[in-house]
Amino acid sequence: MSSLSARILDVFNEPGCAKNADKSEADRKKGCTKQPKPGSAAGGCAFDGAKIALQPFTDVAHLVHGPIACEGNSWDNRGSASSGASIWRTGFTTDMNETDIVFGGEKRLYKAIREILEKYNPAAIFVYQTCIPAMIGDDIHAVCKAASQKFGKPVIPVNSPGFVGSKNLGNKLAGQALLDHVIGTEEPDHTTPCDINLIGEYNLSGELWQVKPLFDELGIRILSCISGDGKYREVASSHRARAAMLVCSKSMINVARKMQERYGIPFFEGSFYGIQDSSNALRNLARVLVERGAPADLIGRTEAVIAREEARAWAEIGSYRPRLAGKRALLITGGVKSWSVPAALQEAGLELVGTSVKKSTDEDKERIKQRMGQDVHMIDDMAPRDMYKMLKGAKADIMLSGGKSQFVALKAAMPWLDINQERSHAYMGYLGIVKLVEEIDKALYNPMWEQLRRPAPWDDTARDGHPMALARTDGQAAETPALLEPSRRAKRVCLCNTVDRGTIEDAIRFHGLTSVEAVREHTDAYGGCCRRRIQDILRAMSVSEPPAMRQAAE
Amino acid sequence: MAIVSTPSKACTINPLKMSQPIGGALAFMGLRGAMPVLHGSQGCTSFGLTLFVRHFKEAVPLQTTAMSEVTTVLGGYENIEQAILNIHHRTKPEIIGICSTGVTETNGDDIDGYIKLIRKTHPQLANFPLVHVSTPDFKDAFQDGWEKAVARMVEALVRAPTSEAERDPARVNVLPGCHLTPADLDEVRTILEDFGLKPSFLPDLAGSLDGHIPDEFKSTTIGGIGIEEIASMGQSGWTIAIGAQMRRAAEAMQTRTGVPFRLFERLCGLIPNDEFIAFLSEISGRPVPTKYRRQRGQLADAMLDAHFHIGGRKLAIGAEPDLLFDLSSMLHDMGAQVTAAVTTTPSPVLERVRTKEVLIGDLEDLEERARRGNCDLLITHSHGRQAAARLKIPFHRAGFPMFDRIGAGHQLSVGYRGTRDLIFHIANLLIADREENHQPQPDSWRTSMSPLGSSGRSFVDATESSIA
Repeated sequence: MSSLSARILDVFNEPGCAKNADKSEADRKKGCTKQPKPGSAAGGCAFDGAKIALQPFTDVAHLVHGPIACEGNSWDNRGSASSGASIWRTGFTTDMNETDIVFGGEKRLYKAIREILEKYNPAAIFVYQTCIPAMIGDDIHAVCKAASQKFGKPVIPVNSPGFVGSKNLGNKLAGQALLDHVIGTEEPDHTTPCDINLIGEYNLSGELWQVKPLFDELGIRILSCISGDGKYREVASSHRARAAMLVCSKSMINVARKMQERYGIPFFEGSFYGIQDSSNALRNLARVLVERGAPADLIGRTEAVIAREEARAWAEIGSYRPRLAGKRALLITGGVKSWSVPAALQEAGLELVGTSVKKSTDEDKERIKQRMGQDVHMIDDMAPRDMYKMLKGAKADIMLSGGKSQFVALKAAMPWLDINQERSHAYMGYLGIVKLVEEIDKALYNPMWEQLRRPAPWDDTARDGHPMALARTDGQAAETPALLEPSRRAKRVCLCNTVDRGTIEDAIRFHGLTSVEAVREHTDAYGGCCRRRIQDILRAMSVSEPPAMRQAAE
Repeated sequence: MAIVSTPSKACTINPLKMSQPIGGALAFMGLRGAMPVLHGSQGCTSFGLTLFVRHFKEAVPLQTTAMSEVTTVLGGYENIEQAILNIHHRTKPEIIGICSTGVTETNGDDIDGYIKLIRKTHPQLANFPLVHVSTPDFKDAFQDGWEKAVARMVEALVRAPTSEAERDPARVNVLPGCHLTPADLDEVRTILEDFGLKPSFLPDLAGSLDGHIPDEFKSTTIGGIGIEEIASMGQSGWTIAIGAQMRRAAEAMQTRTGVPFRLFERLCGLIPNDEFIAFLSEISGRPVPTKYRRQRGQLADAMLDAHFHIGGRKLAIGAEPDLLFDLSSMLHDMGAQVTAAVTTTPSPVLERVRTKEVLIGDLEDLEERARRGNCDLLITHSHGRQAAARLKIPFHRAGFPMFDRIGAGHQLSVGYRGTRDLIFHIANLLIADREENHQPQPDSWRTSMSPLGSSGRSFVDATESSIA
């Protein structure tokens, strides 16, 4: 295990990481992953991270050496897309049993490698180490080496057992495995002065293909994408690229930096989420390529493409802006998305009420500030309970997050959109941002919300205004009617123009209003999506108050 | 009699099996205010959690002791202690269920001993319900984890009745296997209530993972059977166990409380439901309500309508033992041939599956056998989707996980009504496949060997794998 701990230290000692560079020598040795807290931890392990980073290589068989949990509970769960091979979606595991644990699992692993090569003949096999074989001392390096020599196929050890740390560390250890055993081991058929590597791009829902046509148009060739829709031979010969773009800033910085060191491939960090970022990325690519000897006209041609694509995207987004302007979004995600998605949202006119920075680097945070101003609410670690409160308190109109926290929003009857790896829509580039805006619009304006937020007819109308049976959620407010009253009155009825129930009730009472139109005249309430709510208030008040009082008011 | 066999390959390809600890954790999710914890590295929990969320489309409580490399070497006492204290303090659960994993079983953590010590050191936990189940990943499967967890719950949480007078003959314990969905549990509940019986389900996933909207946000389970109700299960007149996996828990209940049990291995199909309804009528002393007489007639009629389509069809099925036994028996009773059967773990029901051989294997084995046997229908969980696409045959998703379609929790297949709907669904899959892929062509009958035309399927070639 000594080689693994040395490797972890090496991965932690990342000069390309600004956060790391700021640390003292002693702190740097401790590494950059926080020890997860028993009983209140979330997120995957290092094995998970390694698998996420490498599984999108489509012509590789990914073999998990461990008991059934590691692969059996998780296989075929990523939304990456492949343009060709499907072997990456096949689940391979040694499914270690008790006997293997007593006598060691190396023999089984070797046999498994042979079986895969005989049956499926993949371009390569990646072998993932997990906790148990690491504990009992299975030497996957030795097995992979022996199998490689015997069968004449690359068999790559990925030494990232779950218990060494977080998903992020696993991403980096996976990158290290590529650097140690794959990159530079083969030569490309031919090279062009416009060959690039994309590092940390996983082609989720096929989103890379939203951008690739632009590359093709400009004559920029993706020599290797690490790892979305990638192929073994491409990554093995990726050292011949002229430039690299680091797409997911945190996960594989070690790969980009070490490829610069070893092969002199310059890299920059960028993103294809949002118009501005897409344009910057294309611009940077063209600039770096020209610096490295690509024809100078690439810059002009890139600008032309950018101008055309921007105009088209803005025109399409423009039609949504009136509908989305002022809508407030809460963004719970990590890393690169914490600053790249907000930019996209702002382009569509949305306001950002908060963005999570739990997994973001200092650099990410700086970028957020630059784009959103100093006062953007950066959320370090938000408990689901607090997200729920925020949504219930109508402090946000829509939440964008990963699948695991979706029910926090949905159960509060608030619109929600998946922007993590399990999502089924692609949001990259100029086309993607339009798609994202379209999805947000669809989510926000679905007529379903209005029905869901109405209480059942037999439920107490006094605690309405809120979804289904959820009214009691305000917890402490439910204690006495006197305490309840202000919060009842403060409930927003018109979400568009922010008019609360109290204002509407007062207007009805004071002016003796009987119709939604009359309420609209006397208050800011729009009477569009809140029409039913206003009707309910009118109905409730005409029942609860004696007609004489209303006549007097008239 | 089916032969139960295990393949001799070293590499499991496209696993059918899932691990034991998450089966155990799911059982705890049928308890109110519960927080299941996996004692292992945080990935063990993360994978399970993602799987449950994708299946139920619900928030799912599941925590971890977050074992690291160092604590694995030093022993997990402190991690368990911290996890319990953290959860107890932060989420205020009514019960914590702890399932061990491969990591902590390999390093030999004595969790029962740890729990005793934790109770002693922290008086606030002295009587707090903490239930531990040993569920190493490197043995057994999902269904076994569930089986062991429920048995442990009975041993740890049910109170032995002090006198016979406490017994309430109208109360019935129901111990459902993990192959029953929340919809199945609700169906069984309705049936029991229609006989005037008062059921207690252990565990009750229909209370927690049926998709209801809770009154307030909780990070523990939002429903399910409460601790007090479990404690009083010893007062019931009967225990009904559903699925052979529940024999262990039913026996534990009988040993502890003297409550007799009746095991129903199947609840899908006409005869199994006749037995079930007759039993309920007997223990309740009530005649069978008109509702069920009508439902029985509807099922009989559905069988008449569907046998044209299901009869003679060759079925490939991959599922955990109890689900495999239930569904394959029902379809066999409808005239289908069980041509390929693959399961995850040994069970006494396997040799009674109506086929030649049941393989304890993976989805590669199932796909291969389905191809070789020219099967017409594939039944397994969502991971069978790739195989179904390659085989180009209709695919019915059954069992856990079902992550690529919605409504998994509301898929009903028990009772007369559930069986009726399932038969319609499967017959319709076959009809649609026939219309789309097997329309007669002018040359369909020219080669006498392929009555189904373009598919080239031949009844003469196919081995008769089904036994009467």
